[in-house]
Amino acid sequence: MATRQTRTLARTMMAPAVILLFIWMIVPLVMTIWFSFQNYSLINPMMTGFAGWGNYAYVIGDPSFTQALVNTLLLVGGVLLITVIGGTFLALLLDQPIWGQGILRILVISPFFVMPPVAALIWKNGFMHPGYGMLGHLWKAFGLQPVDWFAQYPLFSVIVIVAWQWLPFATLILLTALQSLSEEQREAAEMDGAKAINRFRYIILPHMARAITIVILIQTIFLLGIFAEIRVTTGGGPGYASTNIAFLVFRTGILSNDIGAGSAGGVVAVIIANVVAIFLMRAVGKNLDA
Amino acid sequence: MGSITLEHVNKSFGEVEIIPDISLDIKDGEFVVFVGPSGCGKSTLLRLIAGLEDTTSGHIKLDGQDVTDAPPARRGLAMVFQSYALYPHMSVRDNIAFPLKMAKMPQAEIDKKVEYAARTLNLGSYLDRRPRALSGGQRQRVAIGRAIVREPKAFLFDEPLSNLDAALRVNMRLEITELHQQLKTTMIYVTHDQVEAMTMADRIVVLNAGNVEQFGSPLDLYKKPANRFVAGFIGSPRMNFVDGPEAEKHKAHSIGVRPEHFTLSTTAGAGQWSGTVNVAEQLGSDTFLHVEVDGLGLMTVRTDGDRTFAHGDKVYLTPDPNRIYRFDAAGKAI
Ligand SMILES: Nc1ncnc2c1ncn2[C@@H]1O[C@H](COP(=O)(O)OP(=O)(O)O)[C@@H](O)[C@H]1O
Ligand SMILES: [Mg+2]
Repeated sequence: MATRQTRTLARTMMAPAVILLFIWMIVPLVMTIWFSFQNYSLINPMMTGFAGWGNYAYVIGDPSFTQALVNTLLLVGGVLLITVIGGTFLALLLDQPIWGQGILRILVISPFFVMPPVAALIWKNGFMHPGYGMLGHLWKAFGLQPVDWFAQYPLFSVIVIVAWQWLPFATLILLTALQSLSEEQREAAEMDGAKAINRFRYIILPHMARAITIVILIQTIFLLGIFAEIRVTTGGGPGYASTNIAFLVFRTGILSNDIGAGSAGGVVAVIIANVVAIFLMRAVGKNLDA
Repeated sequence: MGSITLEHVNKSFGEVEIIPDISLDIKDGEFVVFVGPSGCGKSTLLRLIAGLEDTTSGHIKLDGQDVTDAPPARRGLAMVFQSYALYPHMSVRDNIAFPLKMAKMPQAEIDKKVEYAARTLNLGSYLDRRPRALSGGQRQRVAIGRAIVREPKAFLFDEPLSNLDAALRVNMRLEITELHQQLKTTMIYVTHDQVEAMTMADRIVVLNAGNVEQFGSPLDLYKKPANRFVAGFIGSPRMNFVDGPEAEKHKAHSIGVRPEHFTLSTTAGAGQWSGTVNVAEQLGSDTFLHVEVDGLGLMTVRTDGDRTFAHGDKVYLTPDPNRIYRFDAAGKAI
């Protein structure tokens, strides 16, 4: 886009798409904001009219909100931790020349193709069920009492399931980054006397910094809104132990039929997402500068 | 100290034999150039010495010590890669300091050595820049700086100048030669450019399809090429070759005459061979004529720059009888 003319042309060409996307976004957002200031409960249709900050006070004042906020951050942070570290490790392994590399890579990527509710069901019944899950059998084989994962460690269980789903994504992006590292740079480091661990620390990891940043940013966007896995497994419980903000909005708006409060929760969720995004861009965004 | 000995080194990639059998003896402090056409195995040979590739069979010795199975770091050699292979996320200073840091040298000593290398290579004002912000020649210097701070037993260069423009290449050629005179460390330098080989080397190894065609001083190769390949490869422009009856007059399968070993005349009949000028390349100092010699084909002839020629001019050539190279049917010099 060097000249003024090409820039004008580019703007004109992009305008329809940008305007459409903008309308697409702004209409639901404005409606949500509108509802969040209304008394609008499906159970109590007589109660209508302007609610002021009432819905917000109700949502934020509730102790479940604080817990949901903490859960959201734990969920995002936990999954990021597992996928970034695990993904780096897997990418390093998959980068080795081994027999059956092609098949192996497809196998590693496959969890990403499983729909979230299906993945959650597989984990719920196939692995984590204390009675007939694989983990239960494993525990019994060692003579231990099977763990009732969703009752005892609800949030942790959800984190494990979500991490399992996102690990392939992280692995794939990090593997591509790893493969773009010039062979000569590795060899130069080797000749410079850097041992494997130092080559990783001083050459490979800095090279992957940008890819790791992208993994963190993209995953955070999706992880803030995790819903299906919670809905299928714990239903947000016990109590609010595995309820995140997205699920809290669902509980308030749909389960409790309070559209006004649900909308207020939704607006709060949008604000939180933006706060997290700004915070993240500050923290890791500098890695994106070429 | 840095003498390097190769004993019957063989290298195959799977089924493909790249280096059949090479034995070489490189003395301490020598500047040896591996030269040969692209794909002949120069880089492979250098990487074998560096330890970046395993030999299929044979032995490599450094100062008499067998290092065939030693990893690169243990050989104490430094390599300058064609792409420079600088670490992009480190400043110039950190790039140069990296090998010292890996050797766990105290910081004060590292600083001193980096300072010294920077002064030697005129890098002082770039020390805090990233490689991205440097020109090709500056990157080249950083790569050399990273190599010299380690005080290696020998330097290995793999076509280090091929990414630079012509003027810079001549400059860096001189700088590397000066560096060698200053450090007196063994250097092995790979290039496909015979001019680099001739100007820089103490001794040249001419490689062809993984074989050593000749190993000798530049003038040796120029004056006494062991075979037709070396004769054709060393010298610029290339030697002219003649087969058939004309060669048999000299009791050879083929003969070769360098462009600079002709006497040229424009007087009719005043020469052994007659021909027509095809193209005249006038460089000022010299003129290279591409002459279609009657019955013998196209030949290159060097003459001084003061004479002008045009397409179609008739010329008469006499090769210097003492400088006709003779080759047998297998291409070996007679
Ligand atoms: N890792 C490798 N695997 C298979 N073949 C290789 C490998 N490295 C080099 N070769 C082959 O070896 C030959 C010599 O390569 P190289 O040493 O790079 O030549 P050059 O003289 O141009 O530096 C080439 O034909 C190349 O294709
Ligand atoms: Mg090469």
